[in-house]
Amino acid sequence: MNAIRIIPCLDVDAGRVVKGVKFAGIRDAGDPVTLAERYNAGGADEITFLDIGATHRSRAILRDIVEAVSRRVFVPLTVGGGIRTAGDMQDILRAGADKVSVCSAALCDPALLTEGARRFGSQCIVLSIDAKRHGDSWHAYKGGGRTDSGRDAVAWAVEAVERGAGEILLNSIDADGTQAGYDLDLLRRVGAAVPVPVIASGGAGKLEHFAAAVRDGKADALLLASLLHDGVMTIRQIKEYLRNEEVTVRC
Amino acid sequence: MIGIVDYDAGNLRSVLKAFEYLGLPAKVLAAPADMQGASRIVVPGVGAFGAAVDKLDASGFRAPLTDWVAAGRPLLGICLGMQLFLDSSEETPGPRGLGIIPGGNRKFTAGKVPQIGWNRIAAAADEPLFTGLPAAAWFYFVHSYYAAPDDPSAVVATADYGISFPAALRRGSAVGVQFHPEKSGEAGLALLNNWGRS
Repeated sequence: MNAIRIIPCLDVDAGRVVKGVKFAGIRDAGDPVTLAERYNAGGADEITFLDIGATHRSRAILRDIVEAVSRRVFVPLTVGGGIRTAGDMQDILRAGADKVSVCSAALCDPALLTEGARRFGSQCIVLSIDAKRHGDSWHAYKGGGRTDSGRDAVAWAVEAVERGAGEILLNSIDADGTQAGYDLDLLRRVGAAVPVPVIASGGAGKLEHFAAAVRDGKADALLLASLLHDGVMTIRQIKEYLRNEEVTVRC
Repeated sequence: MIGIVDYDAGNLRSVLKAFEYLGLPAKVLAAPADMQGASRIVVPGVGAFGAAVDKLDASGFRAPLTDWVAAGRPLLGICLGMQLFLDSSEETPGPRGLGIIPGGNRKFTAGKVPQIGWNRIAAAADEPLFTGLPAAAWFYFVHSYYAAPDDPSAVVATADYGISFPAALRRGSAVGVQFHPEKSGEAGLALLNNWGRS
């Protein structure tokens, strides 16, 4: 029986963590290596870096960061943002990432998933979906959630897994930032449609939302950013809460 | 010196970094000749069974590795590296494994496959790999196939994923783990330290 994973997501731009992270009430200036080590010590089951700069230069800097983090942090590392080719994937995996996450590039060129899985294995290909509700269904968005691809999000998840994606990172554009809870319908629909783990993202504001994502949404992992970075709660608090709710977590 | 076999299997850098972090001298072995000077050897692994067998054969590692174990020298297999210790795999019927531990590898038939995530193991109390670790330590797994040794006494740790499957095997000086200790946080580092200093 696998533990539900808690995954802090650090947004990085040109080598710095955007907005910094608050630990014990003090906002850290944002050195990604230090912050990854702290989250590792705090019980993170995996750490995700998202390169929001996504320029050539920003990605080159991130590669060096991944190399440095992978010498000090021994949990799985996922890197996303600006990965457009299998060559980009290889670059970041060689630097020490265990998985790469792709979003817009895969919508533009779904064969990227096929090639990535063939060359590096499904276990390191994460498809990130930014989903927004359209009536009774959801569309997958690209360009950081700004552009409707017109693709049905559930159908896209199914195709991506058939092409070789090993996990789905599912972000609800509608719920993101509301702190009103996850889009549980979306989680359930995607989770029921694909045989790979689904990572829930977007909408959490209080502890009850995590239990709902796992129990009602059938999520396998929870990706968290501002709730952790702003010091609203810690990974240990979340795990203690989930354990009391009889959800399996890693101590 | 710990030697890590390079047969193009992906994650050997992570394994190297973990030993370096622990202060254990380690190097990558590009060819069997590099095994000279190594006192213990790791076969890491990410990828497919058949391709890995082909690469081990093409790079000439097969006989040196089986000789190494026959001489009672310490060998650690990680994930696919451990699966290569067996004779065969349902993943790629045909290619022959190293045959260090008699048996095969089978595919999970229930649950989400691959298993990707943290799972708890139950280890034999007398297995030195797990000395000092909590009774039910957590490790990080990524795999679709699991080892099925002919002799159940080769299994020194198990985990549950729909079925109970071997999390670690031992036969003589060869020991294998299905999980990735180099990605399993403190528990994984403790295990690598146990093996590297035993």
